[in-house]
Amino acid sequence: MEAFTSHTGVGVPLRRSNVDTDQIIPAVYLKRVTRTGFEDGLFAAWRGDEHFVLNLEPFKAGSVLVAGADFGTGSSREHAVWALMDYGFRVVISSRFADIFRGNAGKQGLVAAQCDQQHVELLWKLLEAEPGTEVTVDLTDKTVRAKDLVAPFEIDDYTRWRLLEGLDDIALTLRHGDEIGRFEGGRQSWLPTTDPLPTV
Amino acid sequence: MSGTLAEKVWEAHVVRHGTGAEPDLLYIDLHLLHEVTSPQAFDGLRLAGRKVRRTDLTIATEDHNVPTVDIDKPIADPISRTQVETLRRNCAEFGVRLHPMGDAEQGIVHVVGPQLGLTQPGMTVVCGDSHTSTHGAFGALAFGIGTSEVEHVLATQTLPLRPFKTMAINVDGSLKPGVTAKDIILAVIAKIGTGGGQGYVLEYRGSAIEALSMEARMTVCNMSIEAGARAGMIAPDQTTFDYIEGRPHAPSGADWDAAVAYWKTLRTDDDAKFDAEVHIDADELTPFVTWGTNPGQGLPLGAAVPDPASIPDENERVAAEKALTYMGLEPGTPLRDIQVDTVFLGSCTNGRIEDLRAAADVLRGKHVASGVRMLVVPGSMRVRAQAEEEGLDKVFLDAGAEWRQAGCSMCLGMNPDQLKPGERSASTSNRNFEGRQGKGGRTHLVSPLVAAATAVRGTLSAPADLEN
Repeated sequence: MEAFTSHTGVGVPLRRSNVDTDQIIPAVYLKRVTRTGFEDGLFAAWRGDEHFVLNLEPFKAGSVLVAGADFGTGSSREHAVWALMDYGFRVVISSRFADIFRGNAGKQGLVAAQCDQQHVELLWKLLEAEPGTEVTVDLTDKTVRAKDLVAPFEIDDYTRWRLLEGLDDIALTLRHGDEIGRFEGGRQSWLPTTDPLPTV
Repeated sequence: MSGTLAEKVWEAHVVRHGTGAEPDLLYIDLHLLHEVTSPQAFDGLRLAGRKVRRTDLTIATEDHNVPTVDIDKPIADPISRTQVETLRRNCAEFGVRLHPMGDAEQGIVHVVGPQLGLTQPGMTVVCGDSHTSTHGAFGALAFGIGTSEVEHVLATQTLPLRPFKTMAINVDGSLKPGVTAKDIILAVIAKIGTGGGQGYVLEYRGSAIEALSMEARMTVCNMSIEAGARAGMIAPDQTTFDYIEGRPHAPSGADWDAAVAYWKTLRTDDDAKFDAEVHIDADELTPFVTWGTNPGQGLPLGAAVPDPASIPDENERVAAEKALTYMGLEPGTPLRDIQVDTVFLGSCTNGRIEDLRAAADVLRGKHVASGVRMLVVPGSMRVRAQAEEEGLDKVFLDAGAEWRQAGCSMCLGMNPDQLKPGERSASTSNRNFEGRQGKGGRTHLVSPLVAAATAVRGTLSAPADLEN
């Protein structure tokens, strides 16, 4: 995973709450077996509308999405994170994220920055008043900056550390292989396995 | 130290406690796989030269993409076919047990696990699928994960996780006839909202929950994610033990006694504290349906489409306006007057044998309204076989419904079972999101009883409406 310290890019106001992962990428795009190239599925239903924010200049080239509350609800599909990143987004700002989406984002290096709704509203106004305004998201001091606006954001310390270092979770866990082995040795013998049962 | 059910299961699976900001590392007892969220995870393993650590705790099934007709023929959609074939290749290469299309044990992953007896109290269960919360009905800590986490579990059989908060959902009293587990959970979601459970594990408790069958408990836990919670749990009791006993992977003999003795300890202690509590009066509940585009936008069937102008919160008002535009509904319209084109009975929420029996009881001797198409999709091949043994297939067919093979089907329309733009469904599934059942499709979430009655009348209805 690529390390993330700070990012500056065009902010995109998405004035919608409850943006579920079916909206971020519909199920029809989930049939692929590859890990890249999902940008065409991003907000597919809404992109058919010429007034949708990502169809407008200069938002098309945006990389910081500013969305309403409860972003990423619903399906666990990590494709939602891949689609956002494949399109070019590096950060999503919202006052509340669904748990699985936030976890998926953290694994892939997409920053899910949780800001107060009040700051989200101020960002929306700013980005709509001056389309193309750049937003800087700094992970070192957990701050969003745009023009004169300075807003703090929340992200859990462990995810922040991993993102700053660009560390892979699996490699970190495998350092504890001995402990996993010890735990396995103590598991109850009656716990089920998926080994096929003898046919009678 | 006293604790809640969720905390006890968590604590029993900690491989190592994190220090400072570091999360705990939890052991995973059962990892379920399907074709949609696993290909990139297997690819990751291959790239890193890693193996599946515990193939004996891993099982796969084909469910999201599979057609529900002509399953003896190759899948017509080449992209779906590739995804299913990729799962088969991956399972063969890594040594994972797979129940493919056509197999007697194939079905929706969350129907298959419990039915095989693989889901047991006190376990940790994960799957790259948000409805993994279903398995919490057994007192397991079960939750959906993303594909990176799928790869992580395949490689290590563990997950780094940070502690959650706990919320008690107390449902006391008794359900009136015609009111079901689906109505309980839709009422819970309407009450706490689609984000109300974020960061929490929900524990459903109270006399109305204790009175539910295992299958009904699965319906409740299944939709915990629709309230924003990753997991929902119900303490195991005699109902749970009776359901598990004798299933293929259930313990037996002395192992059974040891397991039950442990399972009986899996209860929230009397002096344990929840971080939040919600109360629902079961006696007050009536059949519940959704009118909008998220599962929190629901009302009792006897109500009317709400007027957004009466919603004080600006964001919620705007969301309601957008939902009504998408749904093509006018404020003030009685929900009972809403006409549907399609009725879908199935999914990991309501595709089990009891759901099919309940719907068949309503349909017996009646006919689906003209102009309405009803799809009955069993949750698994075993459910299908059981239904046929009981003659339910004949009830559905005689009523004019379609009797299909097992899979996720129209719940999310990854296979050919989809709504056309503008079509409206009454669906026993779990999500009424825009386009979920097909681009431009409009979904009303309902119980199996309401689905069956709606099929007969052609408008959203409860079985009681058929008696008038």
